[in-house]
Amino acid sequence: RINSDGKPAKFQPPPKPVIIDKQKQREERRFLSPEFIPPRGRTDPLKFYIERKDMIQRRKVFNIPEFYVGSVLAVTIADPYANDKVNRFVGICIQRGGKGLGATFVLRNVIEDQGVEICYELYNPRIQAIEVLKLEKRLDDHLMYLRDALPEYSTFDMNMKPVSRLDHEEIPVNKLQVRMKPKPWSKRWERPKYNIKGIKFELPETKMKAAQKWSQPWLEFDMLREYDTSKIEEKIWKEVSEELKK
Amino acid sequence: SITGACRAIQKLTRVRVVDNSALGNTPYHRPPKCIHVYNKTGVGKVGDTILLAIKGEKKKALIVGHKMPGPHMTPRFDSNNVVLIEDNGNPVGTRIKTPIPYILRQREGEFSKVLAIARNFV
Repeated sequence: RINSDGKPAKFQPPPKPVIIDKQKQREERRFLSPEFIPPRGRTDPLKFYIERKDMIQRRKVFNIPEFYVGSVLAVTIADPYANDKVNRFVGICIQRGGKGLGATFVLRNVIEDQGVEICYELYNPRIQAIEVLKLEKRLDDHLMYLRDALPEYSTFDMNMKPVSRLDHEEIPVNKLQVRMKPKPWSKRWERPKYNIKGIKFELPETKMKAAQKWSQPWLEFDMLREYDTSKIEEKIWKEVSEELKK
Repeated sequence: SITGACRAIQKLTRVRVVDNSALGNTPYHRPPKCIHVYNKTGVGKVGDTILLAIKGEKKKALIVGHKMPGPHMTPRFDSNNVVLIEDNGNPVGTRIKTPIPYILRQREGEFSKVLAIARNFV
């Protein structure tokens, strides 16, 4: 190569390619299903240990995928009264409740202008398959306000195809702000006790300020209500992952 | 004043008629209301017969879905749905578009004609 001066330039070796091995660098994302974490109370931990053993036993036989409130699931259950004896329902998960073997999740869908909600038990042997069609999180812990929202936010096609996503990506948080039907609602969602972030309130400012009258700002500093689950989660995660790898 | 919709169906609950019968779909200035539940308790769940007051007439009806959460794995509807029925069990309408729970199939003997006109099942 010749420089602009006309003299030959010193040989510069090409820059070495930097290899970023994504497989090794990404941290293993841990997900512990919320029903494994025991509730705060004075029950003997032996009870939760025995329940956990049964839950792990069921999970070895039947795969319960990772999902959050706000993800779209399709559940097939064995139903003696259905044609083909199987009953398939697609819906958005609006709530996950219960601990241990009685853990439930509620799926909501709007079929032919009629809102339908079904509460399924995760560890019920009648369940034959749980597929996650769309894995995503929402801004709130529960989506009960979808009952008072416009029906378009709860409609999902029964023959929806699963949305593909890469394994190592983080779970997307859908920051959708939902538009509501006119008041009255089943619960006064604008009040700070529900702490809902996923609604686009189109109420006048006076109403929003009047709702703040019911706020209890001392609750977040209440030490007796604290329940730190990080250490318990670590222990249970180790236990569960070891058992499931066997 | 309007009370919030009752969860299960009892006397004086306003219900929504779901089939395509003329009685159920013609508008009237008063909504159809339950006046009697054919049950030992006065509370009607899915599969119970009730007496409805529609357009100044009395008509029997079958409950196909209510707002009250029932046993797990059964559907809970956002409105109290009802199908108009004759005294002998024949449905008045000819088609039911809204989804019907599969539990009703258990009593196939009594409700076979209603289940025959239903399109969607949940």
